[in-house]
Amino acid sequence: MTIVQLSIFIENRSGTLIKVLEVLKDAQIQIIASTIADTAEYGIYRLICSEPQRACEELKRAGVPVSLSNVFALELDNQPGCAAEAIATFSRAHISISYMYSFLLGDKGILVFRTDNAEQARQTILENHLRYISEPDLSCLA
Amino acid sequence: MIYNPNKECMSRDEMSALQGKRLHKIVEYVYYNVPFYRNKLQNLDIRPDDIQTIEDITKLPFTTKKDLRDNYPFGLQAAPQSEIIRVHASSGTTGNPTIVGYTRKDIGVWSECMARCLTAYGVTRDDIFSVAYGYGLFTGGLGAHYGVEHMGASVIPTGTGNTEKHLKLIRDLGVTGIACTPSYALYLAETMDKMGIKKEDIRLKVGAFGAEPWTEQMRQEIEVRLGLKGYNIYGLSEIMGPSVSYECQEQNGSHINEDHFFPEIINPTTLEPLPLGQTGELVFTTLPKEGMPLLRYRTRDLCSLMPGQCNCGRTNIRMGRIEGRSDDMLIIRGINVFPSQVESVILSIPEFAPHYMLIVDRERNLDTLLVQAELRQEVFTSTFDTPAAVDALEKKLASRLKSVLSIAAKVQLKAPGSIQRSQGKSAHVIDNRKL
Repeated sequence: MTIVQLSIFIENRSGTLIKVLEVLKDAQIQIIASTIADTAEYGIYRLICSEPQRACEELKRAGVPVSLSNVFALELDNQPGCAAEAIATFSRAHISISYMYSFLLGDKGILVFRTDNAEQARQTILENHLRYISEPDLSCLA
Repeated sequence: MIYNPNKECMSRDEMSALQGKRLHKIVEYVYYNVPFYRNKLQNLDIRPDDIQTIEDITKLPFTTKKDLRDNYPFGLQAAPQSEIIRVHASSGTTGNPTIVGYTRKDIGVWSECMARCLTAYGVTRDDIFSVAYGYGLFTGGLGAHYGVEHMGASVIPTGTGNTEKHLKLIRDLGVTGIACTPSYALYLAETMDKMGIKKEDIRLKVGAFGAEPWTEQMRQEIEVRLGLKGYNIYGLSEIMGPSVSYECQEQNGSHINEDHFFPEIINPTTLEPLPLGQTGELVFTTLPKEGMPLLRYRTRDLCSLMPGQCNCGRTNIRMGRIEGRSDDMLIIRGINVFPSQVESVILSIPEFAPHYMLIVDRERNLDTLLVQAELRQEVFTSTFDTPAAVDALEKKLASRLKSVLSIAAKVQLKAPGSIQRSQGKSAHVIDNRKL
């Protein structure tokens, strides 16, 4: 039910981001979505890509601090109000969301989020018949 | 004015005789009261009666900061605990601080030495004197405080911090003297400008500046901006605290209270005494000290002793400015910091690799310390992927550093492998201060 996200620790200085991107380029990894959570000194660069396990190994080999985590990815109609409706479901179930971002996949909006309460989130998705995507949905894209 | 002409203006022969007598007494005292020294002396086959004149001092063993660490906390204390009335602590090289206990007589000696300094600076009983060194474990605050009281001027125990309130008091109370670090004096001048206080609005005439290295250029700048005369004061807690030596009106070298602290200059490598005037490591023997007497304590400060007599009339020997250190100790905002202390903190947190850098700088006349610590690859797990997680680790390191170093450091986490690998300790430090 989840997809795999890479989280990369990058220091805020020139050259660090391009290093990551070049490793991915050389490994022919396709980036599907990405976002940076930044502070003054460093950023956490989160990305969804094709072949995350291989991407992770390539990055580690290049000395880039990286970890893999499982995140939920809901599929929403590309219309006003859809995100509110989906999040309200989690809010009612008292599931807090650590972070969230979104991207377009074809004509669908994909809402990626991370929660510390994964099991309850899983149940909420099933009980409310929310649509989601899983890892195979991404690999056929790349 | 000279506070104690009997001691400060003795003939050289009288001084040597006094030092010899006191040296014999202190050797006898530690021989019978400090097992550490008895063992050391017995191993060298030295009996207290072998030490009769001050020249005999070269027979005695050295004491190092490591000896203080190995005998933590009270192993080198000679007086029984019932006689100790105060304990100070300064930075150790790792883990434990250096503990120094004082008897009532020690505090009296210290206060008199401090009174000699203040009198040499021109302070009198009519002065109002602000002590802006840190009060507490650090010897600066209380040491200066007791000296001002001892000589009878009014002391204002300002301590550190709250600079604007301090300046208001300096102006409103007509404060005439101040003791602080030279960099803090410059910071005061800057804050005065910001508050719109002119040097004509204040009555400062004397500054006792020490606890960190400073230059002649800094002195000139402080004197011009605050409208006072700035004098050097030197000391270290292992020996006593501030007042081990002090400048006089001549501002040409610092007179050592050598009836209490006998100075030698040695070659830090061969440990051989150096001829008068040559630069080497400063070594002190405490003469009549009861709490924690030390024989030939290696200060690690590099300087020279100055030949010739001073125009002020004092005959006690002068030391030149501290020219450096024979170890890697840093002085940051007047506080002694060893890179090894930072290392021990970093190694106590499993998320960090043993690679780090200390970057010291001076911004707006205040020293800053930045500690860069390298994360281990294993830290990067699925739970370490938010700024909050990184922040928490950063705060943990910062708070442990604060408690061990006694000063705040800014912390920067670095990616695995990003800190340059180096040999040797000094490569862990970049000091950008222009001194």
